[in-house]
Amino acid sequence: MFDPFYPFDWLATQIVTRLLGLSEVSHLGASLHFFLYDVPKVLTLLIAISFIVGTFQSFLEPEKVRHWLAGKRTFGGNILAALVGIITPFCSCSAVPLFIGFLEAGIPLGITFSYLISAPMVNEVAVVLLWGLFGLKVTLLYIGFGVGLAIAAGYTIGRLKLEKWVEPFVWELQKSRSVAVETEDFESTPLTWNQRFQEGWYQSSQILQSVWLYVVVGIAIGAGIHGYVPTNLVTQLAGANNPLAVPIAVILGVPLYANIAGVMPITEALVNKGMPLGTVLAFTMAVTALSFPEMVILRKVLRPQLLAVFISLMTLGIIGIGYLFNALLA
Amino acid sequence: MKTIKIEVLGTGCKKCQQLEANAKDAIAALNLEAEILHITDPIEIAKRGVMSTPALTINGKVVSKGKVTASAEIQTLLQA
Repeated sequence: MFDPFYPFDWLATQIVTRLLGLSEVSHLGASLHFFLYDVPKVLTLLIAISFIVGTFQSFLEPEKVRHWLAGKRTFGGNILAALVGIITPFCSCSAVPLFIGFLEAGIPLGITFSYLISAPMVNEVAVVLLWGLFGLKVTLLYIGFGVGLAIAAGYTIGRLKLEKWVEPFVWELQKSRSVAVETEDFESTPLTWNQRFQEGWYQSSQILQSVWLYVVVGIAIGAGIHGYVPTNLVTQLAGANNPLAVPIAVILGVPLYANIAGVMPITEALVNKGMPLGTVLAFTMAVTALSFPEMVILRKVLRPQLLAVFISLMTLGIIGIGYLFNALLA
Repeated sequence: MKTIKIEVLGTGCKKCQQLEANAKDAIAALNLEAEILHITDPIEIAKRGVMSTPALTINGKVVSKGKVTASAEIQTLLQA
């Protein structure tokens, strides 16, 4: 199959074998090749994808998304919300304003959750890292399962009728503001392409600035594992024969939100040594969808009961996906 | 001249701080008297009808949201 990353591979091999005169199978040579191949590859992908996503995101202001989702039926609405979540911008800092804004417009709770799950889970940094480190197939599976989980969890929350566990002030806001919300939606003037590219470029440089160090350090650690840690140690600890590997990976993933860029290259090295991919997918989903800071923020609008339902549904779903995946690929 | 009231709506992320700096810069460039508040409470942000941060309000009216508005653009908004 055509490998778009071949030039990076070639260049890394040239540097290691020709310039440094090391064998690619020696400990040091293997580590260096891993590092010199992954750093330029991941950073290039990161710049390119976040530029593209940033440019097109300017078409999808939350106001527009809200307009699409308002008045949609359950299930169909859940599917649409999860799909829209793939491409829309999301930062955990806007989770609460978004949540309130959606409910204010009369979007059902379950559909709001579908969006709230899918938007942070399928984000450009996670997608870039999965694609660059594990290939296109794994990335598409991740997106597919992520969207599936967002639909299922949102639908379940909708069916359980948990509106009573949303903090009451949210509904009061809805009553008092819903008229005003309607009118102010369409006042912004459309952007020119030039402005959209500028937005994309700005976003791309922001993401690069905030994660490049994690990427480099993560890849350096991954490179160390790749060259020096014996395979059977990894298979023993995190291999397919350890039934607890998936839940442990999920629990480890929750506090790691900011460092996904640094953690993923380490998992790549572990996968090369025999850790099953389902475990990695579950881990990545836990990092992106169950981040601790986001839960703290969501607590402002959700009663503890609803937060607990949300976290349990997500945890079970993610662990389930991890096992399913390991079983399918075994 | 009456004091202008500017609110930077954002939960303390980098972009929000950049926006606050841009707003201060715009005010200094126009030589205006203005009071700048940084609203970090997400509920207060939602009450202003904003769903994407950082956003900017001038005298209570939301003038930009979801982006780091440049100082030059804020100056135009202030003069409008």
